[in-house]
Amino acid sequence: MSIKFSEDHEWIQSQGDDLVVIGITDFAQEQLGDLVYVELPEVGDECSRGENISVIESVKAASDLVAPVSGTIVEVNSRLEDEPELVTEDSMGEGWFIKVKLSSPEELDELMDEGAYNTFIEE
Amino acid sequence: MSKDMLIQTTPLHQMHLDAGAKMVPFAGYDMPVSYPLGIKKEHNHTREKAGLFDVSHMGQIRLGGVNAKKALESIVPVDIIDLPLMKLRYALFTNKSGGVMDDLMVTNLGDEDLFLVVNAGCKNADFAHLQRTIGDDCKVEFLEDVALLALQGPSAHKVLSEIAPSISEMLFMTAKQVVINGIECLITRSGYTGEDGFEISLAAKDSEELAKILLSNIEVEWVGLGARDSLRLEAGLSLYGHELDIHHSPVESSLGWALSKVRRTGGEREGNYLGFETIMKHLSEGSESRVFGLQPEGRMPVRDGAMIEDELGNNVGKVTSGGFGPSINRPIAIARLKKSYIEKNSKLFALVRDKKIAVEIVSLPFVKQNYYRG
Repeated sequence: MSIKFSEDHEWIQSQGDDLVVIGITDFAQEQLGDLVYVELPEVGDECSRGENISVIESVKAASDLVAPVSGTIVEVNSRLEDEPELVTEDSMGEGWFIKVKLSSPEELDELMDEGAYNTFIEE
Repeated sequence: MSKDMLIQTTPLHQMHLDAGAKMVPFAGYDMPVSYPLGIKKEHNHTREKAGLFDVSHMGQIRLGGVNAKKALESIVPVDIIDLPLMKLRYALFTNKSGGVMDDLMVTNLGDEDLFLVVNAGCKNADFAHLQRTIGDDCKVEFLEDVALLALQGPSAHKVLSEIAPSISEMLFMTAKQVVINGIECLITRSGYTGEDGFEISLAAKDSEELAKILLSNIEVEWVGLGARDSLRLEAGLSLYGHELDIHHSPVESSLGWALSKVRRTGGEREGNYLGFETIMKHLSEGSESRVFGLQPEGRMPVRDGAMIEDELGNNVGKVTSGGFGPSINRPIAIARLKKSYIEKNSKLFALVRDKKIAVEIVSLPFVKQNYYRG
């Protein structure tokens, strides 16, 4: 399945049927440092692109997770509540944040592919 | 652009870059917030072994002359005249309304020679204050081209005594002049982590060599400002601009212990410093607010600036420092709270974003201090 990236350093992986899994990139988790707490949205919450939907707390500071797409949150990775270190250890896998049912699937086209994202973070 | 507008660097700047540090602007300096180890591991390493901190951004000032002690005593609520040779004392610069302009460490290097270490963010104002208030009574010298290293943690003593055997019998809050590998060092057994440890003042040109010698010991790792903050927070130590500021007296900042008996009302050398009346009034009658330790419930950090409410929704105060304590693996905070509400024994809540987090008042420190007192 295809994977896309946002300028806010999230990865968005399509699972078919307008369903996507969202997490933060390795670059983002390295920038944040050791995570100590992740505040997740509620299943069923609506999110619109650009809205703050989750808070990621490192030892030093709190950062927002910005919705890269619009839709309905259908699942959250509740393991992160007790094991925020999963994001540090496996940001692209076990450390996923939420699953979203897209309301505007065309928003995916505006995201970057891996090559474009790699260029983006080098700048 | 004036010189003050430019970001400054410490003499160890290149070493931090070479070590892969993440650099941030802090008090006008480009400083390492963390190294590749990361804040949590740097923090834990300091509690378990020894962390090396570059704190060369802090201000180092010498006061000289026969009247130096008397002069300094006239601007702090602390006993300086009887400070014994080669001993340190914690002090505060107060203003006329009893507020705190900065906190500092004073070392008596020889009765006519005092050594002060002040906060980086206040150092220019402190220097001006010293010149204005006591510049005619003693020589005020702002030390240039100096560095300050802190070696902190349970292994600090072993590491340092291997290269400077004469430090082995030093007690907490004492000083010694030592030569290490030909490098002249002024060593104090002090620090800002709650652990046993040392601060080493030396010439800028020698600092890289000494840092390399210390880092060659496998027990020593660089530790950045991020962990410095979590370590001091766990140790319940005040940070200027957070627990201390010009709007609150030392009593309101829960630093009554720092007010020497001889300088209090009825003491042998009472008063004769700025803000004496206000500070003594707070001491005898109690102050409106004080600083307390807070234990938030759950895992969500409660950070600086979070408002504190009672069960009725009345504002009771504000978090002055808050974050996560890696050694105790839970969020911790220090807050300034209104005393009238605290006495009511109400349940308290911190407002974090749109949530109310229950918090409990706890005694400080969060982690036991391990100072070496003999």
